[in-house]
Amino acid sequence: MSFADLTLPVVRPRYRGAFWRLYKGEVGISLRRRRNLALLAVLSAIPLMIGIAVYLSTPRAGDGPAFLGQITGNGLFLVFTALTVCIPVFLPLVVGVVSGDSIAGEAGSGTLRYLLTVPVTRTRLLVAKTLGVATFTALAVAVVAVVGLVTGAVLFGLGNVTLLSGDTVSLGTGLLRALGVSAYVMVALFGLAAGGMFISTLTENAIAAMATTIGLVMVSALLDAVPQLSAIHGVLLTHNWLGFGEFLRSNVDTAAVLRWSALHLAYAAVFLSLAWARLQSKDVTS
Amino acid sequence: MTAAATAAATTTQGPPYDAVVPAIRTTGLTRRFGSQVAVSAVDLLVPRGAVYGFLGPNGSGKTTTIRMLLGLLAADSGEIEMLGQPMPDALAQVLPRVGALIEGPAFHPYLTGTANLRRLDVSDATANPATSKERIAAALSRVGLTAAAGKKYRNYSLGMKQRLGLAAALLQPRDLLVLDEPTNGLDPQGTREVRHLVRELAQDGATVLVSSHLLAEVEQIATHIGIMSGGELLRQGTLTEVLSDGDAVVTVTTPDLGEALEALLLLGLADATLDREHQQVQARLGEIPAEAVAQAVINAGARLRGLTVERPHLEDLFVSLTGEGFDVLR
Ligand SMILES: Nc1ncnc2c1ncn2[C@@H]1O[C@H](COP(=O)(O)OP(=O)(O)O)[C@@H](O)[C@H]1O
Ligand SMILES: [Mg+2]
Repeated sequence: MSFADLTLPVVRPRYRGAFWRLYKGEVGISLRRRRNLALLAVLSAIPLMIGIAVYLSTPRAGDGPAFLGQITGNGLFLVFTALTVCIPVFLPLVVGVVSGDSIAGEAGSGTLRYLLTVPVTRTRLLVAKTLGVATFTALAVAVVAVVGLVTGAVLFGLGNVTLLSGDTVSLGTGLLRALGVSAYVMVALFGLAAGGMFISTLTENAIAAMATTIGLVMVSALLDAVPQLSAIHGVLLTHNWLGFGEFLRSNVDTAAVLRWSALHLAYAAVFLSLAWARLQSKDVTS
Repeated sequence: MTAAATAAATTTQGPPYDAVVPAIRTTGLTRRFGSQVAVSAVDLLVPRGAVYGFLGPNGSGKTTTIRMLLGLLAADSGEIEMLGQPMPDALAQVLPRVGALIEGPAFHPYLTGTANLRRLDVSDATANPATSKERIAAALSRVGLTAAAGKKYRNYSLGMKQRLGLAAALLQPRDLLVLDEPTNGLDPQGTREVRHLVRELAQDGATVLVSSHLLAEVEQIATHIGIMSGGELLRQGTLTEVLSDGDAVVTVTTPDLGEALEALLLLGLADATLDREHQQVQARLGEIPAEAVAQAVINAGARLRGLTVERPHLEDLFVSLTGEGFDVLR
């Protein structure tokens, strides 16, 4: 094959699975970055540290974060405690870093212009990046949950689960509930991730995009804490993040969970539409 | 039109190329940044098979033009046609056939050279995943980077980075290469290699647009040139066409200075000067063929000992066109 192969057709054929390869490339690259691996390591250390601290100190019920008192009785509760601890700060931090970096990082380093001239069309790139960020977000939540489960099981053992209402369900049901909690947290954080991606299309400065994304969480939490603003609390980005406690009642209010999830996804839809519109018209000058 | 371009017209499957469809054509291409007009009504014409030297001082609008060609920047007005199709509308069909190096290379520092190329290759829907490994290895070897393929990009020297950028442009067979300052940061040996590479690519039938501020270098490889200054395309055409825009100077060596001078003046040559010490008469040649000058001098009875015609160098022409030489204008 000579270099400029003039026998090639004018429109080059596309190979099957192209989008899948693009997506895999995105995920692969995020998992090869030492910074991202360090973030996952920090996340995995949190349930580990809580577990060890509880093991050494045996707290009474009512001390510390939610479910802390139940951990000694059933290691599964370490999953809930760890997620409760991680969701206000650590998880948003990780999501803010990865989503804020997604477009701005490539723009700042100049790799965006080479991706776009491959060509990856802007819509395709945004979809692949969104799925990549969603994957990393899910992975971050999964790391907390799985390390929590394993640590809890090793230190405290697993057994039937006593719910908030006092009812007891089997370990199998308890594990399913834990799965539901994790999935809910993933969906909640996806709204934030989409916000980070939109912010990321606005600048070539990845650090600024990350900081702004994390700022979004802080502003929302702040507004949520002002009683005079209770009218808008229900629709704040972070308001229902702790709603996963619903999964620990004997009768899960599915309607409420779905309503909150719909709000998270609505946030995601709005932010992603904005990101798309912005990326379409963006001048790539770096 | 070169042989390669004609070959393109006859051997391509699918909708046949029209031999006269240029690789790149822009009409009235304009782009402002705030109040500054970075590119002003540029009518670029890059014929198929050409090696087009896109010249201009720093800040003259070369990179901005190239970014618009590749769909990275939106034009304020004007049209672009690449490989016969409108841009940026046909971007997804056109760009797989175009390799590009834009304002220096850019890769992920924490990935190796190979991993960086793989990342670009998996992103290309028209790249055959089954041949990815071989194509990456071939591109790396073509730019002489095989030995450093496994090194992290952050540890590359400037020249190695530039080479990796070129390798990325060569991952697939291309009909057009757009190379913005491809020899930046390369040592003389590397510069020679790039020149050689460009010639090879052109021989294979690719059209090459190479922007540069290194005139001498472009003069050696270009079949066509365009000269940018202050956002405007001042001259464009084949190398000889553009160079003939500048006046050639004829120098006649003869002991019979008076007769020779008279002959030149009779022919209508301008700016004639005498140099008694070297027994030379000089004048601007204009449209007059050199042999007519020789004939006229002899007919006038002067003993003709020598006659030379000096075409202006690209550099002289460049300086005379852009005024400021290579200083940044704004
Ligand atoms: N993103 C930008 N914002 C503002 N001005 C710009 C931008 N990019 C380029 N310019 C200006 O446009 C002019 C042309 O720049 P450029 O196309 O990079 O020139 P060249 O590549 O010929 O050196 C310069 O004066 C430069 O300062
Ligand atoms: Mg430039």
